[in-house]
Amino acid sequence: MSTSVVRTRRDTLGTSALRPDGGAKVQGSFAFSSDVWADNMLWGATLRSPHPYARIISIDTSEAIKIAGVETVLTAEDVPGKLTYGLIDSDQPVFASGVVRYMGEPVAAVAADHPETCRRALAAIRVEYEVLEPHVNPEDSISGSVPPIHPNGNLLRHQRIVCGDTSVTGPVMVECEYEIGMQDQAFLGLEAALAIPDSDGGGLEMIVATQWLHEDRKQIALCLGLPEENIRLTLGGVGGAFGAREDISLQVHASLLALRTGRPIKMQYSREESFFGHVHRHPAKIWVRHHASNDGMILKIEARMVFDGGAYASTSAAVLINAVTHIQGPYRCANAIVDGFAARTNNPPCGAMRGFGVVQACFAHESQMDKLAQACGLSPVEIRLRNAMRTGDRLITGQPVESVAPVERCIRETDAIALPPQMTSSPHELSLPGGSGRTADRSHIVRGIGWGVSIKNLMYSETFDDYATARCRLDNGVVTLKFATSEVGQGFVTLAPQIARSVLGVDTVIVDPMDTTIGSAGSTSASRQTWMSGGAVDGACRLVRERLFEHVAQQHNLDPLQLEIDDTDIIDTRGTLRISVSKASAGVAFEETFEHHHRPTEDLDENGQGNCHVAFAFVAHRAVVDVDTELGLVKVVQIATAQDVGRALNPLSVLGQIEGGIAQGLGLAVMEEILMVNGIVKNPSFTDYLLPTALDAPDVVAILIEEPDPQAPLGAKGVGEPPCISVTPAIAAAIRDATGRAITRVPVRPSDICL
Amino acid sequence: MRTMSETQIYSLRVNGKLREVTDAWLGESLLYVLRERLGLPGSKGACEQGECGSCTVVMDGAAVCSCLVLAASAVGADITTIEGLTDGALTDVQQAFIDEGAVQCGFCTPGLIVAVHHLLDNTPKPSEMEVKEALSGNICRCTGYGRIFAAVTRVIDQRAQQ
Repeated sequence: MSTSVVRTRRDTLGTSALRPDGGAKVQGSFAFSSDVWADNMLWGATLRSPHPYARIISIDTSEAIKIAGVETVLTAEDVPGKLTYGLIDSDQPVFASGVVRYMGEPVAAVAADHPETCRRALAAIRVEYEVLEPHVNPEDSISGSVPPIHPNGNLLRHQRIVCGDTSVTGPVMVECEYEIGMQDQAFLGLEAALAIPDSDGGGLEMIVATQWLHEDRKQIALCLGLPEENIRLTLGGVGGAFGAREDISLQVHASLLALRTGRPIKMQYSREESFFGHVHRHPAKIWVRHHASNDGMILKIEARMVFDGGAYASTSAAVLINAVTHIQGPYRCANAIVDGFAARTNNPPCGAMRGFGVVQACFAHESQMDKLAQACGLSPVEIRLRNAMRTGDRLITGQPVESVAPVERCIRETDAIALPPQMTSSPHELSLPGGSGRTADRSHIVRGIGWGVSIKNLMYSETFDDYATARCRLDNGVVTLKFATSEVGQGFVTLAPQIARSVLGVDTVIVDPMDTTIGSAGSTSASRQTWMSGGAVDGACRLVRERLFEHVAQQHNLDPLQLEIDDTDIIDTRGTLRISVSKASAGVAFEETFEHHHRPTEDLDENGQGNCHVAFAFVAHRAVVDVDTELGLVKVVQIATAQDVGRALNPLSVLGQIEGGIAQGLGLAVMEEILMVNGIVKNPSFTDYLLPTALDAPDVVAILIEEPDPQAPLGAKGVGEPPCISVTPAIAAAIRDATGRAITRVPVRPSDICL
Repeated sequence: MRTMSETQIYSLRVNGKLREVTDAWLGESLLYVLRERLGLPGSKGACEQGECGSCTVVMDGAAVCSCLVLAASAVGADITTIEGLTDGALTDVQQAFIDEGAVQCGFCTPGLIVAVHHLLDNTPKPSEMEVKEALSGNICRCTGYGRIFAAVTRVIDQRAQQ
């Protein structure tokens, strides 16, 4: 409520243009993937393992198929193509065969005339299991002390970083082990898809909520044993993603059911199934030791980082690399020795979630910075300013930070934000820790302040060329844009027309449906779409503009290089010509397609050295909390933040990302955790998995640091991930400040505060 | 599967119109019947246990989670869904949500719009804490609520000036 937004006449870059889908969304007429429907449609549903680890002795589907209304029951033996899928490593079975490796692993699928019929059919499938002792300790994967639970072994990846002189020691040393719980993305729009088979059975069309249409298509086609071009994907409305839609969930199952029955299949997870049907944020244990000089300059970092990847690989290998390469935080450090492990266990698979490995690393390095500050007698702000990274500094991987790195400015501008007023003598009871529980007693409430600062890589790393494709067509003054970029709520459908208006001087811009009839846009993740798909739209529009200028130059006998766009006109910079774009483009049409590739990256070598990342963004957070020290309850009062955004192409959208990211980081700090006991998930529901509500939302005061990045196509850095990264350690630090407790684990539980 | 004893024909009064529901399994929730049988998919399902508010409708003047209401038990009730708030033009609440950036993915939005209308119909000038408490049953995962509060504040201010 603290940042006002100025709106200008034309919705070009830099304005707070409004969402083109806003009208449909506020009226309930926007079609999410769960809202689509087809004649003669059946419902699909999945049978999942109740055990974290078990041998499958037998599966008997005979009773299920007899139920009136049930059309088919599928198991592993019905998969015609590749038996496994996976985002980086294809190690997850479409259906379990012989063994189940986590609670919730798919075993069978049914298609029937009604969701209730599906439920009864699933209940009628008899699976005989031999229950095995689950392997749930990642350390056992590292030591090799338990037999492999998967043919690929129990260690998903090990990466070491050795940097500088590892024999260096410092007069000041601080160390601790930190723990991060398993967080769920908890998007609201549950997994859903409609699969419509071709009449000849040779392919299908799917409307699906996903982060990456082309990757889904590739994996579906392999499992179906069909050519990719026979599978056509269209983006259904996506109700949030946050990383959880990067992996396959129901896509292959719905496709198999559709091809088997020859009828459209609608699949839609329940909330409980959603908790089992997508990957989560990795729980992690991170030990760190910092060596510093007496005046607080970091001399060396030692770290051992253990990430629990769960039963299947998903993106664990990439998450781990983000973690180990970000453990220094946004601070200079010349010497380091780091060991990172991603381990396979019988816990639910973990993969992408907003922040992607950096969230865990940041909780550790920021907690360490406060320890270091205390040991050196410095304030949390001073220790961070002294070590703040600048452009040109090197990471512990040897990679120079070529991105604009306004770390010091982020800290100083955050520090300058006014603190919230002290609690009044008679505060509203809902504003106190415990909120609507109305349990707090003002005499037990202590206020604390804490800091967090972070660095986050943008785009994919380690040689992956995650390019984006876009097409621009200018026809009689109207621009039509085409791309396969998943709109998951972040607002690329708002931004893309802004780019076209700025580049081409038009006002009417149509965005075609996102589907696989154009080249890949890569994933809507890694804070990458403004940079990558934005770069592709910008490139396509620029190519069209060249054609338009050539056309006008020819008509007026001018050099096209003299022409420029001025608002909605084309002007001759060396003469008097001024002609509106709509007039200039009357009766002609130009169409161009552009692929944007970021600069190449390198793999890390065995010592973790290499230029593995593309670019970086930075942010600072300061948290103010009130803690009921007797009940261990926390109310986050205010989050102040200054974020390095490069250039705010749509300030309103940027603010939305910042406030939303902060809420998710707050969730990880004080309430959100998937609880597991020996591989059994105990809280797969919104009743038991707590999410921040309107009453938990802190006052957010945000400053956008705009120093356009010359490497970014539009000067803009990705803004989606940074807001949720350092806010978590900032809140934890504020709780430490209020209570004096160690707080080495998030989410912080009441027992961590008052027992 | 579904025997005659499990299905029923009944009528619901939705958005001012009496709508017949045929061949419906008696276990269906109001949310399911609205979405799958009556062509009103604006109400969204996200938790099936009344925690998230995405399925909020107004039933006889009370804001309820339609996922928790057995459809057949709603016979005789007056039900208003997101589709029934207006007959075309956007309401002030809907417009404010767009203008203030309170919509991202939009999945929680219909439920929130219904909840905000219900709040302001019953409490025209709510305090900040009354707004937060009234909306605390509607989970939004994208926005962090800041723009939603801004939208509600805008409507309260606009209505106060009228």
